[in-house]
Amino acid sequence: MKLTGAEIFVECLKREGVDIIFGYPGGAVLPIYDEIFKKNYFRHILVRHEQAALHAANGYARVSGKCGVALVTSGPGATNAVTGLADSYMDSIPTVCFSGQVPTHMIGNDAFQEADTVGITRSATKHNFLVKHVEDLALTIRQAFHIATTGRPGPVLIDIPKDVGIASCEFRYPETVNMRSYKPVTKGHHGQIKRAIKMMLASRRPIFYTGGGINSARGSAELLTRLARKLNFPVTQTLMGLGGVPCDDKHFLGMLGMHGTYEANMAVSHCDLLIAIGARFDDRVTGKIEAFAPEAKIIHVDVDPSSISKNVHAHLPIVGDVKVVLGQMLDALKTANTKPNAEALKVWWHQIEEWRARDCLHFDQDMDGSIKPQFVISKLHELTKGDAIIATEVGQHQMWAAQHYGFKKPHRWITSGGLGTMGFGLPAAIGAQIAEPKATVIDIAGDASIQMSIQELSTAMQHKLPVIVAIINNSYMGMVRQWQEMFYESRYSHSYCDSLPDFVKLAEAYGGKGLRAEKPGDVETVIKQALANRDTFTVIDFVVTKEENVYPMVPAGAGLSEMVLA
Amino acid sequence: MRHTITVLVENEFGVLTRIAGLFSARGYNIENLNVAPTLDASMSRMTLVTRGDEHVIEQIKKQLNKLIPVIKTEDLTRQEHMEREMILIKVRASEDTRAEVLRMADVFRANVVDVSESSYTLELTGKARKLDAFLRMLEPNGVIEMTRTGPVGMRRGAEGFTVDDD
Ligand SMILES: Cc1cc2nc3c(=O)[nH]c(=O)nc-3n(C[C@H](O)[C@H](O)[C@H](O)COP(=O)(O)OP(=O)(O)OC[C@H]3O[C@@H](n4cnc5c(N)ncnc54)[C@H](O)[C@@H]3O)c2cc1C
Ligand SMILES: Cc1ncc(C[n+]2csc(CCOP(=O)(O)OP(=O)(O)O)c2C)c(N)n1
Repeated sequence: MKLTGAEIFVECLKREGVDIIFGYPGGAVLPIYDEIFKKNYFRHILVRHEQAALHAANGYARVSGKCGVALVTSGPGATNAVTGLADSYMDSIPTVCFSGQVPTHMIGNDAFQEADTVGITRSATKHNFLVKHVEDLALTIRQAFHIATTGRPGPVLIDIPKDVGIASCEFRYPETVNMRSYKPVTKGHHGQIKRAIKMMLASRRPIFYTGGGINSARGSAELLTRLARKLNFPVTQTLMGLGGVPCDDKHFLGMLGMHGTYEANMAVSHCDLLIAIGARFDDRVTGKIEAFAPEAKIIHVDVDPSSISKNVHAHLPIVGDVKVVLGQMLDALKTANTKPNAEALKVWWHQIEEWRARDCLHFDQDMDGSIKPQFVISKLHELTKGDAIIATEVGQHQMWAAQHYGFKKPHRWITSGGLGTMGFGLPAAIGAQIAEPKATVIDIAGDASIQMSIQELSTAMQHKLPVIVAIINNSYMGMVRQWQEMFYESRYSHSYCDSLPDFVKLAEAYGGKGLRAEKPGDVETVIKQALANRDTFTVIDFVVTKEENVYPMVPAGAGLSEMVLA
Repeated sequence: MRHTITVLVENEFGVLTRIAGLFSARGYNIENLNVAPTLDASMSRMTLVTRGDEHVIEQIKKQLNKLIPVIKTEDLTRQEHMEREMILIKVRASEDTRAEVLRMADVFRANVVDVSESSYTLELTGKARKLDAFLRMLEPNGVIEMTRTGPVGMRRGAEGFTVDDD
C-alpha cells in the first residue's frame, strides 16, 4: 500500500503505541499536522513554547514509563527545543522529537526557517537522524524509538524535510529492529555478580548508592528494597534516584551529595564497600573526588560502560540493566553459603544512628513569624500523604523538596538534575498529569524559575489539567543569593527579583485559581483548597522567609565530610 | 601515550562529524584521523591516532563505542600490529641537486611521481618515523610542499577485523 510520509508518520507512531504527542505547529510540519487532524489517532497537547513540549514529554515519560514524543517545526521551533533535548539527555529520559525541515532541495540554501537541526542537536541527543527519502522514514522511526528506550535511555531527534512528509512510497513496517552497531548489554556477567555478592557478604561497613537508573528501570525499585532489607544494608540515593526505596524505610539514609543528609554523607565517607547502582558519580554527589568514599572498594552497576570508572575508579564493574542485575544478585544470594556479617553491621548501624540523631534537616517554624520554605514542603507531604507526583523548578526550593517531601514510591519525582533547567517544572508537571490524570501533581517552584515557563499555565487551562503550582516566593533567585552570601561576601549581584507579578492575579488571568499564604497559619488552608480544586490549575503564592539557606551544604570542591550543617 | 585505534563504522551520513565532535566536545586530543571504505560497502574503517593516559584512552574507547553508528573498535597499540603512512613531497631540484634528490629517493625506495624543470614530487610509504627521516634528509634541498595521509594500521596474523552479522 502506498502511503505519504505524513501517513507513514502517523501509522508508525500508532504501532509504537504512542497515544500522546506534545507539539507546536509551523510551516514545515503542516503536512504532518494535517494528517494528525485527519486520522485523529492520538491526543495532541498544544504547548505554548517548544522547550515546554520537550519538558512535558520528559515528565510524561518518567511517570508513564513510555517514550515521550514531541513535534516541532523547523528553524525556531527546533532551536527552541534544544534546551529540552539537552535536559532529557543529561537525565537520560527516553523521548523522541520530530522536527520539520525545509524541503530537501532547499537544504543548505539559508531557506526560510532553515536551521542545521541535526548539527545543532548532535551533542544534545543520544542520536539524531535526517530523513532524506520517504522510503527511509518507517525504519528511522522504528530505530529512533528503539534507541531512545533501550540501553541508557535518552532523547532522539528525527528531522523530516517538508517534501518527505508529502512524498509517498510503498509502506512496509519493520516488525523488528536489529542494529549491528547498537546492542546494549542488559545481563550482568555471571562471574562478576558472584564476586559482587562475595564482596557484599564480606563487607563490614557497606552502603548502597543508587541513582536515576532505578527510576529508569521499571520494577527495579522493589528489587532494590528487597535486597537492602535482606542484607540489612543502608541505602542513600542521588537527587535522581529518590523514590527508589521508600522514604520511611529505616534503611534509607536520605540523599547524599552537596545538599545530602549528614548521615548519608558520613556513611559514604566511612564505608568500606560502596555499591553504586544506576548512578554516575556526578560532581554534586562526590564533592572533592579524592575525599569520596576514601576507604571503600567500589562496585558499579551501570548499563552505560562509559559511566563506569569515568570519575571514580570501580574495583568491580558490572555492565547491565539494574533490574536484571538486581534480580541476578537476589538469586545469587539465595545460593550463597555465607551470611552478611551481622556483628559488624550492628556496629555500623549503631554508628549510622548516631549520625542520624543529629537530625540535620530539622527546622523550627515560629507560628508568628514568616513562613519557612521547609514548612511548606513538609505540609505538602503531610496533606498528600507523600503520594503526590512532585515536579520542581531549579534552585533552593528544589533542594528543600528533595530533602523534605519524602517519596514512598518511584516515578513520582520529576526534577531536572543534570542540566538544572529553570522553567522545567511546570511543563514537566503537565506531562505528568497527562500520564496520570487522577494523580495530584504539584510543581514546587521558585519565583524566578516559574517565570521561565509561565506561559504553560495556558496549556494547563486548555487541557483542563488540575496541576498545582506551589511557588516558594522569596523574591530572590535564592540559590544564587545563597552562594553570593556564602562565597561572595553577601554581594547580591542581580539576584533580587524586583517587580514580581502578582501571581494570584496572573493565575486568574490565565483562567485558573490563585491563592496566597502569608502566614504559617494559612499554609494548610490554601493547600487544602488547592487539593480540592480539580477543575482548573491552581497557583499558590507562598510568601516565605527571604533569606533562608539550604543546609546541610558541602561547599563546592570540599569533601563530603566537610559539610556545613547550619 | 600514543594510541592507534581502529574503528569500524556504518557508512552513513554524518559519522565523521560525530567522531570529530566527540573529540572536541570532550577535549580529547586527536593527531590523525583517516577514513576509507572497506570490502563491505556498508561500512567504513577509520584509523585514529590519539594521546592520553590509560584512563583517558579507556574513556575514548567507551565513548566511541557509545556512538550509535560505531560498530566496533580496537586499540592496535595493545596488539602485534603494523602501521603505514604515505607522504607526497615536492622538492626543489636544480641542475646541481637533481642527482642528489634522486639518490635520496633511491635510498629510501621512494617513487618519483612528478617531474618539472625545477622540482621532483616523491612518494614514500612506510612507518611514520621513516617518513620523518626522509623529510629531514630532503629539507636542505628546499621542500616546496608536502602532505601525509596519517597512519593506517591493522593487526598482524591471519585474523581480520570484521563483523559477524546476525
Ligand atoms: C541545584 C542543584 C543541586 C544539586 N544537588 C545535588 C545533591 O546534593 N545531591 C545529588 O545527588 N544530586 C544533586 N544534584 C543533581 C546532580 O546534578 C545530578 O543530576 C545527579 O546527582 C545525577 O544523578 P545520578 O547519578 O543518579 O545519575 P542520572 O543522571 O540519573 O544517571 C543515571 C545513571 O544510571 C544509568 N542507567 C540508566 N538507566 C539504567 C538502567 N536501566 N540500568 C542500569 N543503569 C542505568 C545511566 O547510564 C547513568 O549512568 C543537584 C542538581 C541541581 C540542579
Ligand atoms: C535556565 C537557567 N538559568 C540560570 C540558572 C542558574 N540558577 C540556578 S538556581 C537559580 C535561581 C533560581 O531562583 P528561584 O526560581 O526563585 O528559586 P529559589 O532558589 O529562590 O528557590 C539560578 C538563576 C539555571 N539553573 N537555569
